[in-house]
Amino acid sequence: MSEGETPEREVMEYDVIVVGAGPAGLACAMRLKQLDEALNVCVIEKAAEIGGHILSGAVIETGPLDALVEGWREDPPPICVPAASDEFRLLTKTGSRRLPTPPQQNNHGNVIVSLGAMCAWLAPKAEALGVDLFPGFAAADLAYDDNDAVRGVIIGDMGVDREGNEKDTYVQGIEIRAPITVLAEGCRGHLTKRAIGKYGLDAESDPQTYAIGMKELWKLPEGRVKPGHIQHTIGWPLPNGIYGGSFVYHLDKDRVAVGFVCGLDYQDPDFTPFEAFQQFKHHPSMHALLEGGEILSSGARALVEGGLQSLPRVEMPGAMLIGDSAGLLNVPKIKGTHQAMKSGMLAAEHIAEHRTTTGFDDALRASEIVAELNKVRNIRPGFQKGLWRGLLTAVVETVTAGKLPRTIANHADHEQYRKRNGKVFDYDYVDRDLPPRDRLASVYFASTEHDEDQPVHLKIVDPDVCFTKCEEEYGNPCTRFCPANVYEVVDDEDGKRIQINAANCVHCKTCDIADPYQVINWVTPEGGAGPNYSNL
Amino acid sequence: MKILVPIKRVVDYNVRVRVKSDGSGVETEGVKMSINPFDEIALEEALRIKEAGKAEEVIVCSIGSKDCQQQLRTGLAMGADRALHVLTDDEVQPLAAARALLKLVEKEDPKIVFLGKQAIDDDCNQTGQMLAALWQRPQATFASKVDLDGEIATVTREVDAGLETLEVDLPAVLTSDLRLNEPRFVKLPDIMKAKRKPLEEIALAELGVDAGPALETTAFEPPPKRAGGRMLESVQELVDELKNKGLL
Repeated sequence: MSEGETPEREVMEYDVIVVGAGPAGLACAMRLKQLDEALNVCVIEKAAEIGGHILSGAVIETGPLDALVEGWREDPPPICVPAASDEFRLLTKTGSRRLPTPPQQNNHGNVIVSLGAMCAWLAPKAEALGVDLFPGFAAADLAYDDNDAVRGVIIGDMGVDREGNEKDTYVQGIEIRAPITVLAEGCRGHLTKRAIGKYGLDAESDPQTYAIGMKELWKLPEGRVKPGHIQHTIGWPLPNGIYGGSFVYHLDKDRVAVGFVCGLDYQDPDFTPFEAFQQFKHHPSMHALLEGGEILSSGARALVEGGLQSLPRVEMPGAMLIGDSAGLLNVPKIKGTHQAMKSGMLAAEHIAEHRTTTGFDDALRASEIVAELNKVRNIRPGFQKGLWRGLLTAVVETVTAGKLPRTIANHADHEQYRKRNGKVFDYDYVDRDLPPRDRLASVYFASTEHDEDQPVHLKIVDPDVCFTKCEEEYGNPCTRFCPANVYEVVDDEDGKRIQINAANCVHCKTCDIADPYQVINWVTPEGGAGPNYSNL
Repeated sequence: MKILVPIKRVVDYNVRVRVKSDGSGVETEGVKMSINPFDEIALEEALRIKEAGKAEEVIVCSIGSKDCQQQLRTGLAMGADRALHVLTDDEVQPLAAARALLKLVEKEDPKIVFLGKQAIDDDCNQTGQMLAALWQRPQATFASKVDLDGEIATVTREVDAGLETLEVDLPAVLTSDLRLNEPRFVKLPDIMKAKRKPLEEIALAELGVDAGPALETTAFEPPPKRAGGRMLESVQELVDELKNKGLL
């Protein structure tokens, strides 16, 4: 080999490659092996361990588990608490009013789990079926054949320094080839984003819309937790114009999952989702619950909210989209896991029968998965006009079960910011004393780890925009929407610039979504890097 | 020549270690576990010795529950030839580990037993030394450089005063320090190859060693929380505060 020549990539071959070991990807891989033992199936996962990058509420419907794992109730996931009672409240700064629980949020028969722990629990079951699981390997890019069809994925190189030079430990990533690649990356997968762009999969759908979810797992003093109790709130600390709310799920062993979700279509570029979450914890009712407890782990993850209108075409030559790579979360239910698992199993059934991606889009749209989205399609976009109009729409759409002949369109989140005009909105916040003090203190509970000596995995493709336009118009909202404080404006002898603290990144993808000029591109860091979530 | 590399399954170094609420130990439920980093360095060195043509076989072994096989498979994926797993669900203290390892040494007859200098969970730093004593062979601990020449290993050790160089006759026990090497990344195809490499299970009870705990742990507790800091207005105030606390 002459100098400068790239060595030929090592190639491994499979029948099906699944990218992402979440509920969708694992369900797909497991069902493939259940249907045809002879199929060679692998799952690539960028987290060092299965479940390490997964963060969800999560109250889940159990139907898909019944269908996938025989006898799972005798050997349940490590955290699995039957739903006992639902409570839905509208908060004001100091008080609250109980509202009727929306019928979509009736959780009778559901269970509260840690989705990360559940996936870690599914992993050995998948391996027992003969699935090859590869945690710690990031699928950095899609590979294409001569006809421009997806022919597999390229695993990221390991051991490259910050400037892009090979270190002593350098290992070239291999290419994994398969006739079918299933993208199950979850919300805003970086390969899914490329595939949607390359094949124009969103040409006939509305832009996808998103939210950011933040979650902390707390251990409380004995006697406060009511296992199985499910609380949701809307209202304070969010103003009327910002869609979102909280969840508080009471687990076993004095643990409680506390989380907050904000739609990324908020208009005020000075809004900080992380601060809203922390404020929520200081509502008198929450403060009383949490005071004296300790945080076990925390993290954040973007989620899809676009529903039916934003559902892209889910097939392309050689690949298909499932779960939240496609965007199947049911917003009024606040659930996506059952949809993800069902779509994974549907994809598996399609592959086992037809051995091609062709026809999967029709199959998904004809399924109960999309029927479920159709029924609630207008509820989330009804909140574009604020909380009260949204609640009214929700009532009408719920009563009519989505049968009214209208569909409210979705609009891209990042186009919703209004420019700064010198006025600062007063959010009616309180002084805080519960941990974490700030975003850096919060990242500590995510156990996130990236080798500092590797290329920065958050690329600002046009850095000039930051200070020629964004600073003046929007005040660099990346410094506020990122829940891990990755983006900081520094002004020193090298001039003014955005400093990217990539090592803090918790892989939530919010920056890739919410930056007003769409100049931030999230790419994979070294495999195994990122958060090491426990029980989120 | 064979090299035996004992590896320990420990809570990963990135994880925030938490004490169980009943004080009976450290929380491991839902927590990422890994090969003890010093053991990984020892394994890397053993593999480099083999790749340099100075050893024929590298054997990884571990003592513990069934879950240890994940770490053994990682060791095999890094390049070890085969694995031995001494199965037990009980706590294994350094002396018990050394006794069990001696049985494996008698079975395999390695020229080098290469361990990490200590495990990052209990930080005992004893197993290698105890094994050398039981085996009645030389030891060279805290190695930051190892050269092999026939039946002699020249080992540079990191000691308080600087570096110390020892020559030991093989067979011997070596333990690795942090700066010995940087372990390799596992390659994806090697994970598949590792699945086909032999992994032998041996029940600890079958080894016929006294594995009972020599030490009793009475309680675990987290270090006391640091009291919050306070901003002072002036140097004078600082001086007064320090005087009040009797620090000046």
